[in-house]
Amino acid sequence: MRAVDAVMECLKAEGVDVVFGLPGGANLPTYDAFYDAGIRHVLVRHEAGGGHAAEGYAKATGKVGVAFATSGPGATNLVTPIADAMMDSVPVVFITGQVRTELLGTDGFQEADTMGITMPIVKHSFMIQHPTEIPRAIHEAFHVARTGRPGPVLVDIPQDLSRGEIEYEPAGEISLPGYQPTVEGNQKQIRQAAKALAAARRPVIYAGGGVVNANASAALFDLATAERFPVTCTLMGLGAFPGSHPQWLGMLGMHGTRTANYAMDGADLICAVGARFDDRVTGKLAEFAPAAKFIHIDVDPAEISKNVPAHIPIVGDAGNVLRRLVAEYRALDTDPARLEEWWQRLERWRAEHPLRYDDSADSEIKPQFMVQALHQATEGKAIIVSDVGQHQMWTAQYYAFERPRQWINSGGLGTMGFGLPAAMGAKIGCPDDVVCVIAGDGSIQMNAQELATCAQEEIPVKVFIMNNGYLGMVRQWQQLFWDQRYSHVDMGRFPDFVKLAEAYGATGVRLTDKHTLVEDMRAAIDTPGTVVVDVRVTREENTYPMIAPGAAARDMVG
Amino acid sequence: MGEPATKTPLSLEELDAATGLRTGRTHVLSILVENRPGVLTRIAGLFARRGFNIETLTVGPTADDRFSRVTLTVDGALHPIDQVTKQLHKLVNVLKIRDLEPAGTVTRELALFKVSAEGAARSEVLEFAQIFRGHVVDSTKRSVTVEVTGAAEKIAAFERLVRPYGLIEMMRTGEIAMSRGRSET
Repeated sequence: MRAVDAVMECLKAEGVDVVFGLPGGANLPTYDAFYDAGIRHVLVRHEAGGGHAAEGYAKATGKVGVAFATSGPGATNLVTPIADAMMDSVPVVFITGQVRTELLGTDGFQEADTMGITMPIVKHSFMIQHPTEIPRAIHEAFHVARTGRPGPVLVDIPQDLSRGEIEYEPAGEISLPGYQPTVEGNQKQIRQAAKALAAARRPVIYAGGGVVNANASAALFDLATAERFPVTCTLMGLGAFPGSHPQWLGMLGMHGTRTANYAMDGADLICAVGARFDDRVTGKLAEFAPAAKFIHIDVDPAEISKNVPAHIPIVGDAGNVLRRLVAEYRALDTDPARLEEWWQRLERWRAEHPLRYDDSADSEIKPQFMVQALHQATEGKAIIVSDVGQHQMWTAQYYAFERPRQWINSGGLGTMGFGLPAAMGAKIGCPDDVVCVIAGDGSIQMNAQELATCAQEEIPVKVFIMNNGYLGMVRQWQQLFWDQRYSHVDMGRFPDFVKLAEAYGATGVRLTDKHTLVEDMRAAIDTPGTVVVDVRVTREENTYPMIAPGAAARDMVG
Repeated sequence: MGEPATKTPLSLEELDAATGLRTGRTHVLSILVENRPGVLTRIAGLFARRGFNIETLTVGPTADDRFSRVTLTVDGALHPIDQVTKQLHKLVNVLKIRDLEPAGTVTRELALFKVSAEGAARSEVLEFAQIFRGHVVDSTKRSVTVEVTGAAEKIAAFERLVRPYGLIEMMRTGEIAMSRGRSET
C-alpha cells in the first residue's frame, strides 16, 4: 500500500479517533489518504489551533493527541504548540509534511528545517529517510509520546517518500535501546520516604501535573488520608486532589494561597510528587522552604535535584510509587497526634488569610466574582480550559477543581491563545462534559479563528471572555513594578465579541450585570452550539495574593 | 513574564557574574549513541542550551557499526555536569554516558604541528620531536610538520616548547578516552 495509507493504519492501530490539521502541498498525499480512511479529521483554521486542540484532547482524555501540518509555514506554525506540549509534558504526535527529498536543502518552496527548528522543544523526533521507515517511526512516536514523562514527538515526512509503495505490518512491541523509562521506583527509597513521613511533624504534600499525567490522583488521595497530611498543588496539578477537601491548602506559588505558601515555608518535610520546583512555585530559591527536607518523586530523573536538592529521590511512575508508599506508611506505627500543632497553625493561617477581594457595591462584575459565578452556573462540574493571564490565575484560585483533567491550561510556556483550541480538543475527547473556556480579551484574539472550526464541526464549547480591555497581567506588573507606566497594554473595546461570534456562526452574548450573572451564564451554557460570552469586568483589578518576582514565599503581598 | 521584573537596571558586572559561574575541573564525557543522522546535533544543541562550552569533541565509529562514540571534554562544576548527563540520557538516541574519572581512564589525542625550522633551530625542533616520540610527517627547507600523540597535557607541553621557534599552524583532534581495565567504557 502507499506509505500514507500505512500512516492511516498506524493511527487506527494506535486507537486514534480524531486528528487536527490543515492540508498543504507537502502533505497532499497524506490528505488523499484521509479522504476515505475513516478517521475523524478536524479542519482547523491555523496550525497552532490544531496543535493546541491536540493538546487539549490529550490533557482531557489522557490519550495521545495528533496534529497534522504541511511543510514550511505549516510546520513553523506548530512550533508554539510543540513547545507548549514540551513544557507541560503533554503526549502529542505531530506529523508534518516536508518538501521532496531532491529539494531538501535547496531552499525549495515551503521548505523549512522542521527537525532543526523543533529539536530543542521535542521529546523526540523522526526525519523519514525511506518510505519503509514510516510505520515504525509512527508507532515509536506514539510509544515515546505516551510513556515515561509524556511529551511531544514529531515525525517529518518528505512528500515523495509518503507516496512510496510499502508493505505494512502492524508493529509489535516497541523496544528502543536508548529509551527505557524507570517506572518502578526503588523500594528502599520508598521505605525511607515512608519513615520520613512518619517522623515529620510539619509535612506538606506538594503535587504537580505529573500526578494528573500518571492518573495517580486516587493514590495521592490515599497517601494524603493515610494520615492527615496537608496537600497543595501546582497550577498544573489542580484537580489531582479535591478542592473541597479539608486537607486542601489551595494552590501554591506566585498567586497561590498564603496558607499553602506559608506551609511550604514552615514545613519540616515536603513530599513532592510529579512537580518540578518551578520558579513560579519556589520564589526566591535560596529562601524556599528553609526548614524542609525533600522527598522527590518523579518519572524524569533529570528533574530530581535540578532546582532543589532532594534528600530522598524516587524515580518512578507517580501512581506506582504512591501506592507502594501508602502500603509502607500504613505498615508503620505512627502517631496522628504529632500533626495537631501543625494543623493548628495551618487552620490559623487559613482563617486569617482566606482568598479575598473587594466586591463591587453596584452591578459591576469583579473578575473573581465572575469565576465564582461560573463555578455556580456549572455546579463546579465543567471542564474548564483557560487561556493565559490574570483570568487564568483567578480561575485557578476561585474555581475549586474536584477531579483530575477538569482543569486544562498552559502552565509552563504560558501560551496566550491556548484556551479556545484546547477546549475544542477537550470537548471532542469528552463530549458528555460541559466544556467552558475562560479567556482574556487579549488571549482569545490569538486563536479566535478557531470559532469557525467550532461552528463548522459543531463543537459546542462555551467561551467566557473576561473582558477588561487590557493585557491585564502585564498591566498589573507595570502598575506594581514599573511606576504605572502602562506601555502598550490597553486593548480598548475591540473587537465587538458579540458580532465576532455571530460572524463566525456562533452565538454571542454580552453580560455586564453581576446580579443576573449566574443565571445568564447558565442560559449561555444551555444555549446549543458554540457560544461566546463577553463578560465586562472591572478594568483595573489585580491578582492577589502575590509573591513578587525574586521574593520569598513568606513575603507574599496583597 | 520574565525577570527582571523591576525597573532597576542590571549592571554588566552582575550579568557577567550570573553567566560566568561555572568553572570546575575538566570532565571527559564518553557517550555511546545510535549511529543515526542528527544525533550529534541533538547533543551539541543540548550543551548549548545549558550554557556549556564544549572544549573538544570527537565522533567516530565503534566496533559495532550500529553505534558511534562521542567523546567530549567540557569545563564544568560538578552539579551542572550532573544535570547535563541526566538531560543527555533523555535523548532517545543516547544509549550510555560515562563521566570518566581521570585516574581510571586512558586518553589520547593526536596533533599536527607545522613549525618554522631553519638553521640551528631545525635540529632543536627535531630533537624535541624525538623526546616527545613524535614523527616528522612532512618537511620543507624552512619548516617541519610533526605528529604528536598523547594525553592533552603532553600535547600542550610540546606546543609550549616549539611555539618560540615559530608555530605556523597547529591542529588537534580532540581527546578520545577509554576506561582502564577489562570492562567496556
